[in-house]
Amino acid sequence: MELTKEEESALKGEHGEIQQMAYRILVATGEATDAEKLVPIEWAHLSGVNYNTIGDAGEEFLSGISKHARVKVKTTLNPMGFDIDNVSKYGLDENFISKQLSIRNSYETMGVIPSFSCIPYEIFDIPKDGTQVAFAESNAAIHANSYDNLKTNKESAFSALASAIVGKSPNSSLRKEDDPNITIRMKVKNPNELTYGMLGFFAGKVGDTSVNISGLEEMDKRQTKAMCGGMGTSGTCAKFIFGEGNSDCEKIDFDEKEMQNVHDELNTAEKGDIITLGSPQLGLDEISDLTGKLKGRSFQKRCMVFMPRTVKEQSTKIGYTAELERAGCEILSDCCTCLSPLISKESVDAVTTNSIKGAFYLKNSNGVGVNLKPLLQIVEDETR
Amino acid sequence: MKKILVSGKVEGIVLKSEKPINFLGTVDKKTGIISDENHDLYQKSLKDIVLVFPSGVGSSVGAYTIYSIKSNQAAPLAMICKKVDLTVATGCALANIPLITISDEEFSSIKNGMKISFDTEFNQIHYQ
Repeated sequence: MELTKEEESALKGEHGEIQQMAYRILVATGEATDAEKLVPIEWAHLSGVNYNTIGDAGEEFLSGISKHARVKVKTTLNPMGFDIDNVSKYGLDENFISKQLSIRNSYETMGVIPSFSCIPYEIFDIPKDGTQVAFAESNAAIHANSYDNLKTNKESAFSALASAIVGKSPNSSLRKEDDPNITIRMKVKNPNELTYGMLGFFAGKVGDTSVNISGLEEMDKRQTKAMCGGMGTSGTCAKFIFGEGNSDCEKIDFDEKEMQNVHDELNTAEKGDIITLGSPQLGLDEISDLTGKLKGRSFQKRCMVFMPRTVKEQSTKIGYTAELERAGCEILSDCCTCLSPLISKESVDAVTTNSIKGAFYLKNSNGVGVNLKPLLQIVEDETR
Repeated sequence: MKKILVSGKVEGIVLKSEKPINFLGTVDKKTGIISDENHDLYQKSLKDIVLVFPSGVGSSVGAYTIYSIKSNQAAPLAMICKKVDLTVATGCALANIPLITISDEEFSSIKNGMKISFDTEFNQIHYQ
């Protein structure tokens, strides 16, 4: 990698230990991903927030560096492990809560906006086309590259943090490449959000850095997010380009058979004991739509609904929150289905969800069964 | 050297594994001892040796484990891999542990217990 004089001196430690460590991370990441230089970024979005995933080592590290580290650009944050407003209802132990609050405190001390959301693209203004950002959350990186005309690597928790501290990020292939060698042809008719989640999951498995995708109809926000979430879960691929691509591209069909394979991999239960909605978290449009679908109906079992705090506040003002609670929903902000410590196999055998991303982590991390259904079917089967 | 991920100058005794290492869950973060009984380095300590292994595998959170063993003075002096992966790269960067990659031939020629030194500034590795 070619560094400027200024960057070289920071790497040698002439601007302090924190800058030195951040540059070491960016150089190691850049060398590992064949970047030739660093580029300035305007926005970083960090993962590595949930105590359930980063553990004591992460908590100690963040607590240590927060004494001196400050972010240099706008920096937002992924979900944490719980919603402080109702954590007492979920039986989490004291240690988890205090370690999670310490992590929260460390990030706030460093100047990070405590957004606790995996959908930064929906709750913050999108900068102008072509803006370089550094997003660690996989569904957000894919959304940024594919729908928002932004440019980001699929950052790790560490490269995103280092990018936030330095204000630069490695110029790796995702920031440059617009010419994937694989085209996936969507062949499934009448797709719903579950179909798009499975398409994304399939694409993430076959694609390397980016893929072309053809045969898509117009998609709503729920479907778009499902596709980004599915893709981010299954591989390293972090960009969709819409269209057939070059004629020499390898063409791969996503048909009923391929969809069934993904379904068989992730759908492991006939029915769920509880329902979760939101992985990625639900935005205001989805909350509005859900409220409409639940008019005059109530869930017959627990239904956890995950959304960012800002969306919860807006929903409360408009009256959606009250309506959802009337229908039996548990509203949770600041956290997400994905890697949630609030769902354990001691109390739940299986979960019904419409999220492929959620299904993957519920199965592999929480160790519970998963029953996959699109939202319309969930409402039909589980409410009266 | 194929790639220099984290630069530095070291000299030490080789501890070599033919298997990839998953730092999350395989390595004790206080002692630096390999705790996975299915691993060929089971019960070996990573402290103050030059760790030679094909690559890292598993969760990126493993980078924090590398940082932890360094903070607990139980980390390798350096790491040498065949293939880079982001977990080991960022872990070594966090902990300031020199990390390079080498060719398959060079990797095969390195034996357990041999003395090795390298200096990334001069792009040279010496074996004894």
